Amino acid sequence: MKKRILAGAVIMASSVMLSVSGIAFADKDKDEGSYGYSKDGYGLFERTTTIPIVKNKLYATECGSCHFAYQPGWLPARSWQKMMGGLDNHFGENAELDQKTSDQITRYLVAESADMKSNRKSRKILRSIRENEAPLSISSLRYMLKKHDEIPQRLIKGNAKVGSRANCIACHKGATKGYFNEHGVNIPGYGPWED
Amino acid sequence: MKTFTVALLCMVVLPAQASEAVITQMHDSYRTEGASEFSAARGKSMWTQNFIQKKSGRQVNCATCHSADLTQAGSHIRTGKIIEPMASSVNTERFNDPAKIEKWFLRNCKWTTGRECSAQEKGDFLAYFQSE
Repeated sequence: MKKRILAGAVIMASSVMLSVSGIAFADKDKDEGSYGYSKDGYGLFERTTTIPIVKNKLYATECGSCHFAYQPGWLPARSWQKMMGGLDNHFGENAELDQKTSDQITRYLVAESADMKSNRKSRKILRSIRENEAPLSISSLRYMLKKHDEIPQRLIKGNAKVGSRANCIACHKGATKGYFNEHGVNIPGYGPWED
Repeated sequence: MKTFTVALLCMVVLPAQASEAVITQMHDSYRTEGASEFSAARGKSMWTQNFIQKKSGRQVNCATCHSADLTQAGSHIRTGKIIEPMASSVNTERFNDPAKIEKWFLRNCKWTTGRECSAQEKGDFLAYFQSE
């Protein structure tokens, strides 16, 4: 009998906690909002709701030595394959790698691509790309253009410390941790962005 | 105290020695590819030799992104990425990894001149980096 009461109490307590946390986590940013978000910017559920972070050292060193190491979940597998097949003209730069390194990185990117991920952002990205398209520029994806349409160009292109929308980390301080919520934005020379 | 001094000395001196050894090793290997004596002066003059990039029509040279002064950092003309100084005396970590050196020779020679550099040219560049 005592056991039953205890079990009942546990069930009651957990349902109360769940509903309360539901209230607590509602009413946040449209995109990441209904999920975890805490004052320090890295909420309890952050890992499951944001784009998965980069876990591959080779990719982080080879690609991250020139630019922000974009999480693979930002593009579908077909885009990564196309990109890795044309590194000798990588957005106008020569970024050639030896075959072995290139193959290893491609395998990682494909395995972690948007097609393979179930987080909200990757799903949205996929939906915004037509099936016959294999875009290469993450910052020019329709999804990204829409996300940044309120930011004046002078704060991005005309801002020496930013330069381009492709320079995620310049404003999104938690970008490496896969955290792109607008509450974590700090535009150099301007400050936080809230609308 | 003595141990500390030795440790400190190792930290400061060893990287430079490592890059010295790597450059010597690369020079040897370039010789087996047909290169003869290496010249820092030739490396230096090629560093600022201009080329027209076929696709963009831009006039570029090595110093466009690196800096004409090897002891100073450069900045990539497109991405703005800070490129650490190429003088081995200043950037002691830069020449410790032959694969990394070859990777950037391949990329940057093609980007700048439109072709790969020869063993002689690469050796001259390394001699130049070592001389500053």
